[in-house]
Amino acid sequence: MTVKQLANLLKATTVAECDFDRQIEGGYAGDLLSFVMGRATPNCAWYTIMTNVNVCAVATLTDCAVVVLCEDCQPDQLLVDRAQSQGINVIATSLDMYQAITIVAKQG
Amino acid sequence: MEHLHLEYDVDGNNFVSAGQATENVKFCLKGLGVNPQDIRRIAIAMYEGEINMVIHANGGKAIADIYLDKIVVQLIDSGEGIANIEQAMQPGFSTATEDIRSLGFGAGMGLPNMKKYTDDFAIESTLGVGTKITLTVKF
Repeated sequence: MTVKQLANLLKATTVAECDFDRQIEGGYAGDLLSFVMGRATPNCAWYTIMTNVNVCAVATLTDCAVVVLCEDCQPDQLLVDRAQSQGINVIATSLDMYQAITIVAKQG
Repeated sequence: MEHLHLEYDVDGNNFVSAGQATENVKFCLKGLGVNPQDIRRIAIAMYEGEINMVIHANGGKAIADIYLDKIVVQLIDSGEGIANIEQAMQPGFSTATEDIRSLGFGAGMGLPNMKKYTDDFAIESTLGVGTKITLTVKF
Protein backbone atom coordinates (compact mmCIF):
# COMPACT_ATOMS: atom_id res chain seq x y z
CA MET A 1 0.00 0.00 0.00
CA THR A 2 1.24 3.51 -0.75
CA VAL A 3 1.00 6.51 1.54
CA LYS A 4 -1.64 7.96 -0.76
CA GLN A 5 -3.74 4.79 -0.53
CA LEU A 6 -3.43 4.78 3.28
CA ALA A 7 -4.47 8.44 3.46
CA ASN A 8 -7.57 7.67 1.36
CA LEU A 9 -8.40 4.62 3.44
CA LEU A 10 -8.23 6.56 6.70
CA LYS A 11 -9.88 9.67 5.22
CA ALA A 12 -6.79 11.48 6.41
CA THR A 13 -5.75 15.02 5.67
CA THR A 14 -2.28 15.95 4.51
CA VAL A 15 0.01 17.60 7.05
CA ALA A 16 3.25 17.30 5.07
CA GLU A 17 3.71 15.61 1.71
CA CYS A 18 7.07 14.45 0.49
CA ASP A 19 6.45 11.27 -1.48
CA PHE A 20 2.93 9.90 -1.21
CA ASP A 21 3.77 7.16 -3.73
CA ARG A 22 6.14 5.65 -1.17
CA GLN A 23 5.36 2.03 -0.39
CA ILE A 24 4.42 1.18 3.22
CA GLU A 25 5.66 -2.03 4.82
CA GLY A 26 4.05 -2.80 8.18
CA GLY A 27 3.20 -0.45 10.98
CA TYR A 28 3.88 0.55 14.57
CA ALA A 29 1.61 2.29 17.06
CA GLY A 30 2.97 4.18 20.05
CA ASP A 31 3.72 7.49 21.68
CA LEU A 32 6.72 6.87 23.90
CA LEU A 33 9.54 7.88 21.60
CA SER A 34 12.14 5.53 23.06
CA PHE A 35 9.93 2.57 22.22
CA VAL A 36 9.13 3.87 18.78
CA MET A 37 12.81 4.42 17.98
CA GLY A 38 13.70 0.90 18.92
CA ARG A 39 10.75 -0.94 17.43
CA ALA A 40 9.35 0.91 14.43
CA THR A 41 10.85 -0.59 11.30
CA PRO A 42 11.98 1.19 8.13
CA ASN A 43 9.16 1.96 5.66
CA CYS A 44 6.44 1.40 8.25
CA ALA A 45 3.45 3.61 9.01
CA TRP A 46 3.85 5.05 12.50
CA TYR A 47 0.54 5.74 14.30
CA THR A 48 0.75 8.22 17.16
CA ILE A 49 -0.96 11.07 18.99
CA MET A 50 2.34 12.91 19.55
CA THR A 51 2.35 16.20 17.69
CA ASN A 52 5.55 17.96 18.73
CA VAL A 53 8.64 18.50 16.63
CA ASN A 54 10.50 15.53 18.11
CA VAL A 55 8.23 13.31 16.03
CA CYS A 56 10.35 14.37 13.05
CA ALA A 57 13.60 13.28 14.66
CA VAL A 58 12.13 9.86 15.46
CA ALA A 59 10.53 9.53 12.02
CA THR A 60 13.91 10.25 10.43
CA LEU A 61 15.74 7.84 12.74
CA THR A 62 13.35 5.02 11.99
CA ASP A 63 12.96 5.94 8.31
CA CYS A 64 9.24 5.34 8.51
CA ALA A 65 7.22 5.88 5.33
CA VAL A 66 4.57 8.02 6.99
CA VAL A 67 3.54 9.40 10.36
CA VAL A 68 -0.19 9.04 11.00
CA LEU A 69 -1.44 11.52 13.59
CA CYS A 70 -4.57 9.99 15.11
CA GLU A 71 -7.61 11.27 17.01
CA ASP A 72 -7.69 14.67 15.33
CA CYS A 73 -4.50 15.70 17.09
CA GLN A 74 -3.33 18.97 15.60
CA PRO A 75 0.38 19.14 14.80
CA ASP A 76 2.59 21.95 16.09
CA GLN A 77 3.58 24.36 13.33
CA LEU A 78 7.20 23.43 14.11
CA LEU A 79 6.40 19.82 13.30
CA VAL A 80 4.80 20.81 10.00
CA ASP A 81 7.77 22.99 9.02
CA ARG A 82 10.36 20.40 10.02
CA ALA A 83 8.51 17.58 8.28
CA GLN A 84 8.36 19.57 5.06
CA SER A 85 12.02 20.54 5.20
CA GLN A 86 13.18 17.01 6.06
CA GLY A 87 10.93 15.28 3.57
CA ILE A 88 8.73 13.34 6.00
CA ASN A 89 5.21 12.28 5.04
CA VAL A 90 2.69 13.20 7.74
CA ILE A 91 -1.07 12.67 7.57
CA ALA A 92 -3.80 13.24 10.16
CA THR A 93 -7.00 11.31 10.80
CA SER A 94 -9.91 11.63 13.21
CA LEU A 95 -9.77 7.87 13.89
CA ASP A 96 -8.06 6.57 17.00
CA MET A 97 -5.10 4.22 16.61
CA TYR A 98 -7.15 1.05 17.11
CA GLN A 99 -9.79 2.09 14.59
CA ALA A 100 -7.20 3.14 12.05
CA ILE A 101 -5.20 -0.07 12.33
CA THR A 102 -8.33 -2.21 12.23
CA ILE A 103 -9.33 -0.62 8.93
CA VAL A 104 -5.86 -1.21 7.50
CA ALA A 105 -5.80 -4.80 8.74
CA LYS A 106 -9.13 -5.55 7.01
CA GLN A 107 -7.53 -4.56 3.73
CA GLY A 108 -5.05 -7.41 4.18
CA MET B 1 44.26 5.43 9.42
CA GLU B 2 41.40 7.65 8.33
CA HIS B 3 39.60 9.24 11.23
CA LEU B 4 36.82 11.80 11.35
CA HIS B 5 36.39 13.89 14.49
CA LEU B 6 33.14 15.79 15.07
CA GLU B 7 32.09 17.93 18.03
CA TYR B 8 28.71 19.38 18.83
CA ASP B 9 27.23 21.54 21.59
CA VAL B 10 23.91 20.15 22.75
CA ASP B 11 21.66 23.02 23.79
CA GLY B 12 20.05 22.46 27.19
CA ASN B 13 16.28 22.76 27.63
CA ASN B 14 15.81 22.97 23.87
CA PHE B 15 13.73 20.10 22.58
CA VAL B 16 13.42 21.73 19.20
CA SER B 17 17.10 21.45 18.34
CA ALA B 18 17.62 18.16 20.20
CA GLY B 19 18.75 15.50 17.79
CA GLN B 20 20.71 17.75 15.47
CA ALA B 21 24.07 16.29 16.44
CA THR B 22 22.66 12.83 15.79
CA GLU B 23 21.26 13.95 12.44
CA ASN B 24 24.66 15.28 11.42
CA VAL B 25 26.49 12.13 12.44
CA LYS B 26 23.92 10.01 10.66
CA PHE B 27 24.38 12.07 7.51
CA CYS B 28 28.17 11.61 7.67
CA LEU B 29 27.87 7.85 8.18
CA LYS B 30 25.48 7.58 5.24
CA GLY B 31 27.95 9.47 3.10
CA LEU B 32 30.70 7.09 4.16
CA GLY B 33 28.57 4.14 3.08
CA VAL B 34 28.21 2.58 6.53
CA ASN B 35 25.67 -0.28 6.83
CA PRO B 36 22.16 1.20 7.53
CA GLN B 37 21.65 -1.17 10.48
CA ASP B 38 24.79 0.16 12.17
CA ILE B 39 23.77 3.75 11.43
CA ARG B 40 20.38 3.06 12.99
CA ARG B 41 21.97 1.58 16.12
CA ILE B 42 24.30 4.49 16.83
CA ALA B 43 21.63 7.03 15.87
CA ILE B 44 19.13 5.61 18.37
CA ALA B 45 21.74 5.47 21.13
CA MET B 46 23.11 8.95 20.41
CA TYR B 47 19.66 10.52 20.16
CA GLU B 48 18.72 9.04 23.53
CA GLY B 49 21.92 10.55 24.91
CA GLU B 50 21.20 13.96 23.44
CA ILE B 51 17.68 13.94 24.84
CA ASN B 52 19.00 12.89 28.25
CA MET B 53 21.40 15.83 28.27
CA VAL B 54 18.56 18.21 27.39
CA ILE B 55 16.21 16.76 30.02
CA HIS B 56 18.59 16.24 32.90
CA ALA B 57 21.82 18.18 32.45
CA ASN B 58 21.08 21.50 30.76
CA GLY B 59 22.91 20.36 27.66
CA GLY B 60 26.48 19.27 27.12
CA LYS B 61 28.88 18.11 24.46
CA ALA B 62 28.59 15.32 21.92
CA ILE B 63 31.84 14.14 20.37
CA ALA B 64 31.90 11.58 17.57
CA ASP B 65 35.01 9.84 16.30
CA ILE B 66 34.47 7.83 13.17
CA TYR B 67 37.03 5.19 12.22
CA LEU B 68 37.04 2.71 9.36
CA ASP B 69 35.68 -0.07 11.56
CA LYS B 70 33.69 1.72 14.28
CA ILE B 71 32.20 4.92 15.65
CA VAL B 72 32.83 6.13 19.19
CA VAL B 73 30.47 8.77 20.59
CA GLN B 74 31.15 10.56 23.85
CA LEU B 75 28.34 12.44 25.57
CA ILE B 76 29.70 14.74 28.24
CA ASP B 77 27.66 16.96 30.53
CA SER B 78 28.13 19.04 33.65
CA GLY B 79 24.75 18.17 35.10
CA GLU B 80 24.02 17.02 38.60
CA GLY B 81 25.16 13.46 37.95
CA ILE B 82 23.41 10.16 38.54
CA ALA B 83 23.07 9.02 42.15
CA ASN B 84 22.50 5.36 41.44
CA ILE B 85 23.61 4.16 38.01
CA GLU B 86 22.35 0.63 38.54
CA GLN B 87 18.87 1.99 39.23
CA ALA B 88 19.06 4.40 36.28
CA MET B 89 19.89 1.46 34.01
CA GLN B 90 16.65 -0.34 34.93
CA PRO B 91 14.17 -0.17 32.05
CA GLY B 92 11.27 2.05 33.10
CA PHE B 93 13.11 3.97 35.81
CA SER B 94 12.89 7.70 35.16
CA THR B 95 13.18 10.96 37.06
CA ALA B 96 11.68 12.99 34.20
CA THR B 97 8.86 15.40 35.01
CA GLU B 98 5.29 15.23 33.73
CA ASP B 99 6.09 18.01 31.24
CA ILE B 100 8.85 15.91 29.74
CA ARG B 101 6.62 12.84 29.63
CA SER B 102 3.95 14.77 27.76
CA LEU B 103 6.51 15.25 24.98
CA GLY B 104 6.88 11.50 24.63
CA PHE B 105 10.10 11.19 26.62
CA GLY B 106 10.76 9.97 30.13
CA ALA B 107 9.84 6.33 29.47
CA GLY B 108 12.91 5.25 31.40
CA MET B 109 14.37 3.61 28.31
CA GLY B 110 17.17 6.06 27.52
CA LEU B 111 20.14 4.37 29.18
CA PRO B 112 18.83 0.82 28.52
CA ASN B 113 18.42 1.67 24.83
CA MET B 114 21.94 3.12 24.68
CA LYS B 115 23.28 -0.14 26.04
CA LYS B 116 21.04 -2.34 23.92
CA TYR B 117 21.91 -0.77 20.58
CA THR B 118 25.68 -0.39 21.00
CA ASP B 119 28.53 -2.88 21.05
CA ASP B 120 30.15 -1.13 23.96
CA PHE B 121 28.57 1.16 26.54
CA ALA B 122 30.40 2.91 29.35
CA ILE B 123 29.08 5.39 31.89
CA GLU B 124 30.88 7.44 34.49
CA SER B 125 29.00 9.83 36.73
CA THR B 126 29.91 11.94 39.73
CA LEU B 127 27.30 13.76 41.76
CA GLY B 128 27.64 17.51 41.37
CA VAL B 129 30.21 17.12 38.59
CA GLY B 130 28.47 15.50 35.65
CA THR B 131 28.17 12.41 33.50
CA LYS B 132 30.19 10.97 30.66
CA ILE B 133 28.81 8.25 28.44
CA THR B 134 30.81 6.48 25.76
CA LEU B 135 29.01 4.59 23.03
CA THR B 136 30.74 2.36 20.50
CA VAL B 137 29.22 0.72 17.45
CA LYS B 138 31.40 -1.56 15.35
CA PHE B 139 30.77 -1.71 11.63
